[in-house]
Amino acid sequence: MRFIRIIEDMGHYVHLMKRVLTKPDKSLVLRRQFFINVQSLGFDSIGIVAVISLFIGAVATIQVAYNIDNPLLPLSLIGFTARQIIILEFAPTVVSLILAGKIGSRIASEIGTMRVTQQIDALDVMGINSANYLILPKILASVFFNPILIVMSIAIGLVGGWIVSLTSSLLTPYDYVEGIRLFFDGFTVFYALIKTVVFAFIIASVSGFHGYRITGGALEVGQASTRAVVDSSIAIIISNLILTQLLLT
Amino acid sequence: MITVSHISKSFGNAKVLDDISVQFETGRVHQIIGQSGSGKTVLMKCLVGLLEVDEGEVLYDGRNFSNMTIDQRKEIRKEMGMLFQGGALFDSMNVAENVAFPLLMHSNMTVAEMKKRVDFCLERVNLAHTNKLMPSELSGGMTKRVAIARAIALNPHYLFCDEPNSGLDPQTANMIDNLIAELTHEYNMITIVNTHDMNSVLEIGEEVNFICNNKLWWKGDKNSILNSNNAELNQFVFATGLMRRLKPCQ
Repeated sequence: MRFIRIIEDMGHYVHLMKRVLTKPDKSLVLRRQFFINVQSLGFDSIGIVAVISLFIGAVATIQVAYNIDNPLLPLSLIGFTARQIIILEFAPTVVSLILAGKIGSRIASEIGTMRVTQQIDALDVMGINSANYLILPKILASVFFNPILIVMSIAIGLVGGWIVSLTSSLLTPYDYVEGIRLFFDGFTVFYALIKTVVFAFIIASVSGFHGYRITGGALEVGQASTRAVVDSSIAIIISNLILTQLLLT
Repeated sequence: MITVSHISKSFGNAKVLDDISVQFETGRVHQIIGQSGSGKTVLMKCLVGLLEVDEGEVLYDGRNFSNMTIDQRKEIRKEMGMLFQGGALFDSMNVAENVAFPLLMHSNMTVAEMKKRVDFCLERVNLAHTNKLMPSELSGGMTKRVAIARAIALNPHYLFCDEPNSGLDPQTANMIDNLIAELTHEYNMITIVNTHDMNSVLEIGEEVNFICNNKLWWKGDKNSILNSNNAELNQFVFATGLMRRLKPCQ
């Protein structure tokens, strides 16, 4: 029964996306909504992404240093491994999961509240494609701004590791900087950005779907918000596996 | 004219509307009355296309709305205005932006023209100089009036009002009712009002349609409603002490 419901939900999701991904009624309005969403979904997330990235970058460097504590291995390997962890997985995947919590719940509750207060009905009666008007700008804003957040996250994560090298006796800043420059392959950043774009689409579209399909009241808004975060996170994890398999093998 | 022809609507096994046929004429206030849960709101949602009818059709001046595609419906929807029970103002926009929204989406007006039209609509509902207020700063009556201003912004031919005076004090409710009636006659619109407020019916009910047991049970006007012999209608109309006191006077 649950399996059938999942299949049904996927059908409804595809159907909704067909309505979302159409030409907007007015491009001027889409542009305005896009910038509003860049502010609310993107700029407003800079703080949390910066704090988490700084500390995770530092922790990743300490963990690597403790786990490869071997006199035969050069200390620059610590910086190298921390960099790979941050670029390949931490920044694109972990930060996207955090954004799924922050952005996803916001999108679902915002659109869900509009549904239960009949604001979406008002848009429909006016002859406006409400799905396109509400969800498309959020998808575009996330797909545009999340890669910027992830690049920022990579940079701040690396700074976190550098602060560890400055303030601890695990390695010197020279070893760390040498490590993060060692065998650098630009494709890893490209890979991180591809993943980020896919994850951004998932977060905005799945959360928009849950918000848009609410029936009921305040209780259902809360439930939809939770479902949006859970389903976005699961979809991110599954697509992470698929993308990693496709892009790195 | 809006022609509703033999429409039925069910949710699962529960039939909410059963073979309803009615005509709504231009320039008049038509009221749909009935108990809570009688199907008034479902009927209105079927009329505006928020719900699809299972059987029957809805014609707007001869145009079959029920058979239309989403794009074809869009043209008719530009001629509709709707006042929702809670107002349904957009929380993120101020009063002026709410009223300007249909103009922004459906007209090619310049910003100056839009501003002029917004000011006119707000003045018409006695809310001049409230342009910058947010919906959260408005009282219930003001919210309804802003929603009316938004509904008439595009000069609609059809105005739908779902319980426009619910939750309002009698004086404000009366003011909203009279405003709806004035606008209907001023713009020669077809206005359909869902209500279970008998004060409203006796104030502005030019055409009254009573829904009971999922069917259109009685049709008349505000003058004939108090003298009807229809048992179900009388049960609804004279449910309150105030209305019962009114009956012997007739």
